[in-house]
Amino acid sequence: MRRAPFIRHQGIVAPLLRDHVDTDAIIPSREMKRVSRKGLSEGLFAGWRYRDEEKRTPEPGFVLNQAQYKNASILATGDDFGCGSSREHAVWALAEYGFRVLLAPSFAAIFERNCINNGLAPIRLEEQQIDALLAQTEADPQSSAVEIDLEKTIVVCPDGARIRFTLSEAARTLLIHGWDPIDLTLQCAESIDAFENEDRAKRPWAYF
Amino acid sequence: MPLTLFEKLWSAHEIRDLEDGQSLILIDRVFLHERTGAIALRNMAETGRAVRDPSRVFCTMDHIVDTHPGRGDETLMPGGQNFIRATREAAQAEGLHLFDIGHPLQGIMHVISPELGIALPGLTVVCPDSHSCTLGGIGALAWGIGSTDAEHAMVTGTLRVRRPRNMRVRFEGQRPKDVTAKDMVLHLIRQIGSDGGAGHVVEYAGRAVADLDVEARLTLCNMAVEYSAFSALIAPDAKTIEYALGRPFSPPPQHKATAVEHWRGLRSDPKARFDRELVIDCGTVQPTVTWGTSPQHSVPIGSTVPDPADEPDAGRRAAMKRALSYMGLEVGRPMEAIEIDAAFIGSCTNARLSDLRAAAEYLRGRSVSPDVTAVCVPGSTSVKRAAEKEGLDQVFREAGFEWRESGCSMCFYAGGETFGPGKRIVSSTNRNFEGRQGPGTRTHLASPLTVAASACEGRLARAAAE
Repeated sequence: MRRAPFIRHQGIVAPLLRDHVDTDAIIPSREMKRVSRKGLSEGLFAGWRYRDEEKRTPEPGFVLNQAQYKNASILATGDDFGCGSSREHAVWALAEYGFRVLLAPSFAAIFERNCINNGLAPIRLEEQQIDALLAQTEADPQSSAVEIDLEKTIVVCPDGARIRFTLSEAARTLLIHGWDPIDLTLQCAESIDAFENEDRAKRPWAYF
Repeated sequence: MPLTLFEKLWSAHEIRDLEDGQSLILIDRVFLHERTGAIALRNMAETGRAVRDPSRVFCTMDHIVDTHPGRGDETLMPGGQNFIRATREAAQAEGLHLFDIGHPLQGIMHVISPELGIALPGLTVVCPDSHSCTLGGIGALAWGIGSTDAEHAMVTGTLRVRRPRNMRVRFEGQRPKDVTAKDMVLHLIRQIGSDGGAGHVVEYAGRAVADLDVEARLTLCNMAVEYSAFSALIAPDAKTIEYALGRPFSPPPQHKATAVEHWRGLRSDPKARFDRELVIDCGTVQPTVTWGTSPQHSVPIGSTVPDPADEPDAGRRAAMKRALSYMGLEVGRPMEAIEIDAAFIGSCTNARLSDLRAAAEYLRGRSVSPDVTAVCVPGSTSVKRAAEKEGLDQVFREAGFEWRESGCSMCFYAGGETFGPGKRIVSSTNRNFEGRQGPGTRTHLASPLTVAASACEGRLARAAAE
């Protein structure tokens, strides 16, 4: 299943400047109501986003409820974003809400991997770079779009300044081409079969 | 060239270099649970794909199952039974090994996986659960993945993996009698920080690790993800080999000798090079409890609530302040003066037979404080049965603990059960994040022994402090 190629994206940045935002904060377990990858965006950050979760009364202080961050598609956040549970629902919820890019000094490993598998770009920037970027957008976020270019591996700030970032070659290739990693691996079926046949002779106890 | 244990496991499973910084790695076992299993299996079927080798895929009901005696498919989580039924149907349709509710071998995935010989030394094991690193305790290379990668592993028998760096943590010296593997790992996380292991697979070595039994080694590895490690490993020794044989999915008699020979070679060569190395003198480790909302927020139990002003890093200082406010604690309060509302013994960290024995030994002839709700949830149905055979259930019950069926239970809120908002819980589990055990709950992580002592005292308490 190929997804849309991700080469460049331009969008509004919303800041959620906390470290160690865990996957249960991104999508609380109680919001994973159906046996599905869909319908999760309403539960995104539910514990922080709603004053009353049941009635869905918005908490006005929460960033995504503020008019200036309407239609944000880039989330700027803190260290170790996505730590905790491996639930891919966190990524499905962010993507369904409309996020395409996450900017953070670091991401939790399983979460980062889940992002790439779902076409969401986890971009690592230094804390100071994120602060400098937000200094440009925060006065008027709606008219301060930021561009992320995966081909050139740069973030283009509203003032035109470019911040270079690194993204693993594997992640960049998957995102740019919209490739499905399972399809890619299935192309290696012959090497897998050959390896397994040899391995079965060496480690017969590992097979049933 | 001398190799580390990890390098040996990696090269034994490396099918090829993908030339994009990743390798294609053979996956020996996949283990699913009902919270996410059905979504992965359904999505796989919808895309017209099938499980490559169902004999190597396992599925249990642990995350959201009810743990009250006499349970069925209904759970306290609204709509929970839909997840259970969908997973059951999908697992049956694919012909996977299923440990369903009522199955005599049902239990928490990381407890039953070694217990049944599914995770063995030298195997690669992946599960859509972050605590999969537990299985390193038996010498398996195991790590947590998301649903898409679970599909990938089931369909192709492989994963595309970036090779982690190598770290070794040597626990040397003699640990004090009341210091358990849980205290050792909490101590390590405080020292290394919650992101200290990022990008590394960590091999635990040293005398104090050799002294641990296999179950305690699983506890030590369980919390590697709490300091962001890719996984943890312990080289199999005679204890591991004895443990790994003779279980339902262990190597059959005709392959036993080959397996044992392979396992004996699974150790780091004397001159193997590690990217990082850390030595901890276990003589200095004390029973440890957390005070905050990250596993790195811990102190020796005889200590006091720390002062954020002493933390030089601004980000950490802010997190500490936030944690103190969430936890309702003030700087300088002795940890042993913190009163608790609830005590929980359970989870993939600390609910194996040896954990229950340690707690029961303390509880024998004592009672839980009348102000404390205490619950014990065995890690597996087999653990429960074995404990009952020894009469441990009676000890727990007589002391005032509830005695439950196996499951993840109140380690987190997925089952829909909680001690309640604002409640302070001493817990043998692995995470003390905000709201982890239900909205507004305040968690103090500790060993089962400390949980038992605290339950009786009605406050955080050291078992040997009398």
